[in-house]
Amino acid sequence: MRKEGKEPLIHISKRAALPWYVAWGIRAAAIVLALVVSALICVIMTGQNPLQIYGAMFTGSFGTVRKTWVTFQDVAMLLCVSLAVTPAFRMRFWNIGGEGQTMMGCLASAACMILLRDVLPNWAVIVCMVVSSIAAGAIWAVIPAIFKAKWNTNETLFTLMMNYVATQLVAFFCVVWESPKGSGKIGIINGNTHVGWLPEIFGQKYLLNIVIVLILCVLLYIYLTYSKHGYEISVVGESERTARYVGIKVSRVIIRTMLLSGALCGIAGFLLTGGTSHTMTTTLTDSRGFTAVMVSWLAKFNPVWMILTSLLLVFLDRGASDISSKFGLNQSFSDIITGVILFFIIGCEFFITYRINFRKAAGKEAETHV
Amino acid sequence: MSDTTPAVSMRNITKRFGPVVANDHVNLELYHGEILALLGENGSGKTTLMNMLSGIYFPDEGEIFVNGRPVTIASPRDSFRLGIGMIHQHFKLVDVLTAAENIALGTEGRLDLKATARKIREICDLYGFEVDPKQKIYDMSVSQKQTVEIIKVLYRGAEILILDEPTAVLTPQEADKLFNVLRNMRDAGKAILIITHKMHEVEELSDRVAVLRKGRYIGQMKTAETSAQEMTNMMVGHPVELNIERPDPVHPRPRVQVRDLTVRNEEGIVKLDHVSFTANAGEILGIAGIAGSGQKELLEAIAGLQPCESGSIAYLEDDGKEEELIGKDPLKIQDMGVSLSFVPEDRLGMGLVGNMDLTRNMMLRSFRRGKSLFLDRVFPKKVAENVVHDLEVSTPSLSTPVRRLSGGNVQKVLVGREITSAPTVLLTAYAVRGLDINSSYTIYDLVNRQKEAGVAVIYVGEDLDVLLALSDRILVLCGGKVSGIVPGRGADKREIGLMMTRTGGADNA
Amino acid sequence: MFDFVSFIPRAVVQGVPLLFGSTGETLTEKSGNLNLGIPGVMYVGGISGVIGAFFYEQSLPSPDAISPFLAIAVPFLCCLLGSLLMGLIYCFLTVTLRANQNVTGLALTTFGIGVGNFFGGSLIKLSGSDVPSIALSATSAYYHRALPFAENLGWFGKIFLSYGFMVYLAVAIALIAAFVLRKTRVGLHLRAVGESPTTADAAGIDVNRYKYLTTCLGCMIAGLGGLYYVMDYASGVWSNNAFGDRGWLAIALVIFTIWRPNWGVLSSFLFGGLYILHMYIPSGLNLAVKELYKMLPYVVTIIVLIITSLRKRREDQPPQHLGLPYFREER
Repeated sequence: MRKEGKEPLIHISKRAALPWYVAWGIRAAAIVLALVVSALICVIMTGQNPLQIYGAMFTGSFGTVRKTWVTFQDVAMLLCVSLAVTPAFRMRFWNIGGEGQTMMGCLASAACMILLRDVLPNWAVIVCMVVSSIAAGAIWAVIPAIFKAKWNTNETLFTLMMNYVATQLVAFFCVVWESPKGSGKIGIINGNTHVGWLPEIFGQKYLLNIVIVLILCVLLYIYLTYSKHGYEISVVGESERTARYVGIKVSRVIIRTMLLSGALCGIAGFLLTGGTSHTMTTTLTDSRGFTAVMVSWLAKFNPVWMILTSLLLVFLDRGASDISSKFGLNQSFSDIITGVILFFIIGCEFFITYRINFRKAAGKEAETHV
Repeated sequence: MSDTTPAVSMRNITKRFGPVVANDHVNLELYHGEILALLGENGSGKTTLMNMLSGIYFPDEGEIFVNGRPVTIASPRDSFRLGIGMIHQHFKLVDVLTAAENIALGTEGRLDLKATARKIREICDLYGFEVDPKQKIYDMSVSQKQTVEIIKVLYRGAEILILDEPTAVLTPQEADKLFNVLRNMRDAGKAILIITHKMHEVEELSDRVAVLRKGRYIGQMKTAETSAQEMTNMMVGHPVELNIERPDPVHPRPRVQVRDLTVRNEEGIVKLDHVSFTANAGEILGIAGIAGSGQKELLEAIAGLQPCESGSIAYLEDDGKEEELIGKDPLKIQDMGVSLSFVPEDRLGMGLVGNMDLTRNMMLRSFRRGKSLFLDRVFPKKVAENVVHDLEVSTPSLSTPVRRLSGGNVQKVLVGREITSAPTVLLTAYAVRGLDINSSYTIYDLVNRQKEAGVAVIYVGEDLDVLLALSDRILVLCGGKVSGIVPGRGADKREIGLMMTRTGGADNA
Repeated sequence: MFDFVSFIPRAVVQGVPLLFGSTGETLTEKSGNLNLGIPGVMYVGGISGVIGAFFYEQSLPSPDAISPFLAIAVPFLCCLLGSLLMGLIYCFLTVTLRANQNVTGLALTTFGIGVGNFFGGSLIKLSGSDVPSIALSATSAYYHRALPFAENLGWFGKIFLSYGFMVYLAVAIALIAAFVLRKTRVGLHLRAVGESPTTADAAGIDVNRYKYLTTCLGCMIAGLGGLYYVMDYASGVWSNNAFGDRGWLAIALVIFTIWRPNWGVLSSFLFGGLYILHMYIPSGLNLAVKELYKMLPYVVTIIVLIITSLRKRREDQPPQHLGLPYFREER
């Protein structure tokens, strides 16, 4: 007898659980696959041997001592912003305003460097920078948080918009404090006096930044995993009803967590302006606020894993920009490669969460599965 | 029932969700011109089976015949084409759309809401419904929403109707009206299947009964030729003797006194209307009532989760000191030294965090203890070990996320945690819903031990037999009002059943 | 006196890319997909058109041999194809593989801007020009051509008729989208999908198909915004990053119009006006203030977002299932 209608060929169901090594195996396979696809793209673009290209990518990131330092510095900065957005994500608060919050940190630091350089001694300027950056980032983050907590205003869209308000504020002050006059840019601040510049330790310009971020990383890991606050964040993220049921004040947790998120972004801004570049532009944060969302998500919101994921993204970025100059492509090539690899990693989560059954094999698979 | 070809025939249907077998080689037949009641305990796979007829799920094995022809129902659309319409327990309506728009959803042809409205009115006239096609769903009451659901199915010209626990949210009057409509439809030759576990509805309405138990098809019979006892036996599997022990109350003294409590929900509807009663320590106060009569609000009000409009909830200590609980959140109540435990209806959505493991779930109540900024991980682990051991929770390990456990084990974890804190008041809502018989008895036993320890237990239940066997006193709620408080010993089930449907008749409060 | 006759046309041409973007994104969001990849999609739309136009111009034996039809059709189709591919990537990841929409969208933006600038840069090198931009004057002339009577009708002609055809196309698409959403069965189904996919599914609507089709269509419409920007607004001159943040502004516009494409028409022109207001406000010598004026569209959007959440009117809220994946057998 002919049946009416079509039978679905594949059937998708949720997996019960996967051992962690299989899950990470799938992720690793996705990265390998992504690298193969990226290599193909490279070959099509350049006609070079892909192994050579990956070699070139590696030397682009780690080829010289200086390059290695720059790479680690970039990892540190990306990691710092990623750490900052993570507490909010654990709470399922989609803070994609890391960009703006970091920028406000830069702005506050730059303001201190410019306005206080003739008033206060160097150490006092640095203290002011730290405090004001943290405050600026926190304020920028807490505004959407308050509205989310009180009136359930959509936080994704709110934080997104706050980024551009911050950008324009920075643009405004870039003109106000422009130097030299008429350039519309700030240039290197205190290039002669080095007021407000973070000191070099062990003769390494970037080492202090890296150390600070690593310490933050460990602290945040401890905070999220072992502290009562971290536990509250997880409960609120999992279920607001459960949180209320056990007497957690949800709105207070949201506001407190976003203050922390913003404060960490502020520190990132401070490190960028005070430690790395000693200037302020609208592109200083370099979309790290957005990349951080991906770094944090890829690491499953675990601060320690984030060291790896931010390293991966920075490596791709720097490596790809190096091969693009070597093989006569332009800088943006790295964005394409990054995009492709992200697509693969994002996509592979599906195979970790779900199981695909093909109709014909359904009977057999059921036996093996039980 | 002259037609011998079944309207629907399901043969050897099997459906699995991961390792769980929801339906195991089930057979079922439904004829035109009859009302078939599909009976089964919670979790026996009734809804899953029907979802395969409505195209929500696709069976792993088995065949479906409609009017004698083999069919494949891969999507709800396939189901409509075959004239099958299902009214889900959780309404499938879009809140921001109007009734007419909702009813027009998924139909074909040019969108003409005026014509839709006209046809809706025709259907309303035919069966005696009252619905404004232009009203938005979010403005509607529960029974209005259900009416829209029924019209939606009729609008599509369904010949086979499936209703999943349609009376759970209705008042008795509304339910009667619905039954009349269903009888009209049956007489018009439609095939009707109703999922329920209320015996009186089965007896009142259906022509035939089919029973599922634990995902298996047990059997079918004519309603006229069977009895509630026989049906219950088939549902449960062995002749049930509800042999729940009921120790005598231990030194009962007032513990929670509720006076004139009035509560409105977010939509401003009165859910509790001047409710007064006293719950005694060392006693189980059973709360009976049709689902949605205010049970949830009552428990949540006592637990400090529900804003109250007026009235008072006093906590009485042994020395007669009174503390007001209204206006305090769970944290403040805890700080006052009132040890109040609450086993809510929604276990994984409210009582526990599904994605966290047992240990971390045990912390939920106690994690604030102490001045340290950090979590104490030793104590909750010990609690988890104790609960797993004492209540025989079957779990792979303490670090298994609780959502992976079976329903009975989830409930044991929740109840276990709630009684660990040595409460003086224990609130439970539908504590045995969805549990198998053995787990249910474990829970009854736990509740009794609490009573013996001098705890004031407030037990909201849906199974009257259990309430009658377990409670020292039974408070009956109807439409947010107390329609009576009767002693549990020697209470008459029929009388309580009547009180559940009689608004506000407070003759012995 | 404020010079409206010159201000309005400039506001309109600023607004049109936003209008394309926001119409596309509104449709996408109505299906429950929050596509934060729109900025990337608009870049890709733009560069795809540029690539088409570039190779078409290169293939001509002489500039006179240009065919008006092909000059318009080739870039147009290339743009649609490029944006469609972006839409497919997004849908495959978020609908078929149920990936997180925020993360996918942001990755798509990184990727799209990368693609735009990469191929832009390559073309610039290929054309061997000295400036870091590429000019496609021949094809863009056809995009840029105003209605014939615009010259003769004074201020009326200037305000209403002085634009290339894509301006009218943008308005038409927005109005059609609004009509489809409100008055047709497809629109009704689409709204149901974004509000409550379970309900839509139970009603026999193919949720995934609707999500795929509208998201891809939304991307194609948004991509046209990029095409309009290069071919008409910028007169065929592509330079890297020139498109700027307009993609995000388009997403802001979606909120500002509370998910109503017909409101998008005037609102986009308003946004365009706010974007260039600083050129018309006498700010004296203080250039810095101009930067503050550029903040206005975002601030206004935030205010609208706050007001709608305060008013809690059900019809003004984002689609209820926005940003969440749908899996039928979720238990």
